[in-house]
Amino acid sequence: MSAEAHGHDHGHDHEHEHHHKDTFITKYIFSIDHKMIAKQYLITGIVMGVIGIAMSLLFRMQLAWPEESFKIFNVLLGDKFAPDGVMANDIYLALVTIHGTIMVFFVLTAGLSGTFSNLLIPLQIGARDMASGFMNMISYWLFFLSAVVMLCSLFVEAGPASAGWTIYPPLSALPQAIPGSGAGMTLWLVSMAIFIASSLMGSLNYIVTVINLRTKGMSMTRLPLTIWTFFVTAIIGVISFPVLLSAALLLIFDRSFGTSFFLSDIYIAGEVLHYQGGSPVLFEHLFWFLGHPEVYIVILPAMGLVSEIMATNSRKPIFGYRAMIMSVLAIAFLSTIVWGHHMFLSGMNPFLGSVFTFTTLLIAIPSAVKAFNWITTLWKGNLQFNPAMLFSIGMVSTFITGGLTGIILGDSTLDINVHDTYFVIAHFHLVMGISALYGMFAGIYHWFPKMYGRMLNKNLGYIHFWVTAVCAYGVFFPMHFIGLAGLPRRYYTNTNFPLFDDLQNVNVLITTFALVGGAFQLVFLYNFFSSIFYGKKAVQNPWRSTTLEWTTPVEHIHGNWPGEIPHVYRWPYDYSNPNHDVDFVPQNVPMKEGEEVLHH
Amino acid sequence: MTSLLVIIVVVLLAVALWQLTKIFDLTQVGTSSDDSQVASDNDNNIQGYVMFGFLAFIYIFTIYGLLKWGGLALHTPASEHGLLVDSLMNITWVLIFVVQFITQGLLYWFSFKNRGNKDRKALFFADSNKLEAIWSIIPSVVLAVLILYGLYAWNNIMFVDKDEDVIEIELYAQQFKWTARYAGQDNVLGKANVRLIEGVNTLGVDMSDPNAQDDIVVSELHIPKGKKVHFKMRSQDVLHSAYFPHFRAQMNCVPGMVTEFAFVPTYTTAEYRELSFMVEKVANINKLRSEKSVELVAKGGTALDPYTFDYLLLCNKICGASHYNMQMKVVVDTPEDYKKWLSEKTTLAQDIKAAAAAEKPTEGAESTTDTTVKVKDTVKAVIDTVKAAVAKVAVK
Repeated sequence: MSAEAHGHDHGHDHEHEHHHKDTFITKYIFSIDHKMIAKQYLITGIVMGVIGIAMSLLFRMQLAWPEESFKIFNVLLGDKFAPDGVMANDIYLALVTIHGTIMVFFVLTAGLSGTFSNLLIPLQIGARDMASGFMNMISYWLFFLSAVVMLCSLFVEAGPASAGWTIYPPLSALPQAIPGSGAGMTLWLVSMAIFIASSLMGSLNYIVTVINLRTKGMSMTRLPLTIWTFFVTAIIGVISFPVLLSAALLLIFDRSFGTSFFLSDIYIAGEVLHYQGGSPVLFEHLFWFLGHPEVYIVILPAMGLVSEIMATNSRKPIFGYRAMIMSVLAIAFLSTIVWGHHMFLSGMNPFLGSVFTFTTLLIAIPSAVKAFNWITTLWKGNLQFNPAMLFSIGMVSTFITGGLTGIILGDSTLDINVHDTYFVIAHFHLVMGISALYGMFAGIYHWFPKMYGRMLNKNLGYIHFWVTAVCAYGVFFPMHFIGLAGLPRRYYTNTNFPLFDDLQNVNVLITTFALVGGAFQLVFLYNFFSSIFYGKKAVQNPWRSTTLEWTTPVEHIHGNWPGEIPHVYRWPYDYSNPNHDVDFVPQNVPMKEGEEVLHH
Repeated sequence: MTSLLVIIVVVLLAVALWQLTKIFDLTQVGTSSDDSQVASDNDNNIQGYVMFGFLAFIYIFTIYGLLKWGGLALHTPASEHGLLVDSLMNITWVLIFVVQFITQGLLYWFSFKNRGNKDRKALFFADSNKLEAIWSIIPSVVLAVLILYGLYAWNNIMFVDKDEDVIEIELYAQQFKWTARYAGQDNVLGKANVRLIEGVNTLGVDMSDPNAQDDIVVSELHIPKGKKVHFKMRSQDVLHSAYFPHFRAQMNCVPGMVTEFAFVPTYTTAEYRELSFMVEKVANINKLRSEKSVELVAKGGTALDPYTFDYLLLCNKICGASHYNMQMKVVVDTPEDYKKWLSEKTTLAQDIKAAAAAEKPTEGAESTTDTTVKVKDTVKAVIDTVKAAVAKVAVK
């Protein structure tokens, strides 16, 4: 019925009408429909995620059983990088670098934000599509291209970029310093430049859509928190991503055209290089001006998804809706003025360090507000433990556990001794890696029926969550201790330091948890791909939710609603409203006569 | 082999679980198929209990971790400011554990307590200014205290008083080793630039600088107990980070600039080895090493040497393929031993002379100075040209 029904739509949005029939290419490949683009982002994100996680398992094996021979290394890395199945030290660094890059940018930025911003913004604000469907399509295909370039970089002769995902020059600028800084690094930079273009187009689209295309009655204070977080995330992206682009461009200049933006006084491989007057510290500033907001670009959408899912499955309004919005705004603002906490020991003036300590620790306040609000949302609720709800609770749990150690790392004095140790790895993986991944999983379990019209298997979902939850703590909790023991990150092996010999057992335990946790993601993959085709058919509103996306038909149509776009009469969290008998009142249900608004 | 077994076990486990879920699914045949994948009351009940179990897991795992791995963390700081750092760290840890215990407890307890069923109705509780004020203000106050303490400590540690009596030492980083340069009698380091690197003068010290004449270059760092050591750090190629875990000290080494860090060592190496926690730690490490040795010897390898503790300087900023093996032994001596050790070292000027003499016995030291001067002249000439060019532009 889709095309026809849409053809009869004589609502206010004539510009979105399409009378032509979709071909395979316009429907599945160069689609301008936001729902299809969301699915494209998701599948690409999942594929990249599989690669990124697999890489981490490889280097975890090297860390647990250093310089031991594994057939699989030889199979995957080849004779050059794993002769006789022993991982070489330069490919170890390459794996670490590409793992970080893929997980941060390709999975948790594009895969998470790209998927759910695209899917939910038009559906939840009551719009027929994004402001510019065409730009949206370009945005996805640039992302796809950047992913392809990044994957190509794995196959260049000298190996992929291996200077760490932060690609600090001079290491990333000089092929003499590390082989990966040759063609591999060039491709890395090209890929990132394309990625940033994609991200900017996506972000601009999200911002414009949220501002302009809200349906009648959908005021900013009636937006679901998902939309608020996507909106704010897009703004942060527009502010900070261009700065990374400039850093990447200047680095390309230094590498290829002999400029000295980031390089000075270098003697390497027996000769003095001509670079004079640049500073690597400048690069660090530019990088972290994006790099820090980036962690909020990753975690804010997860927070939005979790807020929404928690309210729905608690059958209760999210506690402190306005405080949640305020805290998102506060976090967004603060996120742009704290980047220096990555650089306390970079050689910048210690006074600047004091300032960044101050701003950094301030972020704990809005974060605490959010955590307590989520917990209060659960209080006296009627919790429906769908898999999405489990992941949401898990996200709050890891966000707290990981966030608390931020008080140590954000304090310049304490950072002196834990900076760049495994303590940092434990901290950021819990607070933004695992938490954002949980948010993404929660979103997938919750909106899968909206995306594919079918349900994911809940029992597989339960298994997936619980094993992942145990393994995530199993991996990252012990990691704090080896960090506190002073073990630096990015070491290929610790066997050269007898001092760290007593940490080896812990490393084996961590890797075991990682392998089990990694293997159980296969349960998810199986569930995901088999349910697309064989899952139980979904009903229109399976979770009995209040937001607008559940008023659209299960079958996807261009323009989302067959008839007029629904109008909105109330906020998105009317769950268990005492004025009503049912435990949820959708946003498009008019207020009853004399019904009072029961929230601020 | 072990890993293969692990993988096989994991795969089998996965298959078993998959079969289990199939059985679950089969038991639900006949119930209304449309919401069969939505949590039922039964699911809520089971998952609620698992939530409670997971809370127990977190608590037990935390306690287990503290008991089993707590001892791995760096112990007694070996520097004066280390005490300040560690006391702030301990205060922060107490706070973290209290908050973690309470919030995780509430989160999973509420999850268990409020597990849903058909007869329940959730409480419509949308906001409370009072509650929100409480959990905005309490963290603010606590953080204010932490920030003030932290900034007090940071300023104490990072700013070296100009008039203070310190020993100046240069730490020089390069792929993949550390070198130290002592300022000698005058306690002033001579100027240096990587452009002046030549032969034995591997640090690029400017030998025309009078302050450089008594500088001493060594590959093992000795520092005296009880005296403030002011490190000036340089790097020759890429970023490195000078990390002294036992002294709670760290600073990046950046090509093109000089960074600094200062601390006062409080235990000599000998004293630190005698501390009871260290005796225990070393014994434990040696036990592990001898077990590993047995394994190695069985495979036809050589046994590992027994370990004695030494302070270390590590590189803690990714710097290339062998980053994992960039280290320098650090020895804290008594002031007398330190003086004696240093007096036995030859100065860089002497080293250069000796090297030149060995290489060209006829020409001697002159040629070396010649080249140095030549390089300096070239640099000067370049600078002059640039200056002239700038002046021209300025005039225009």
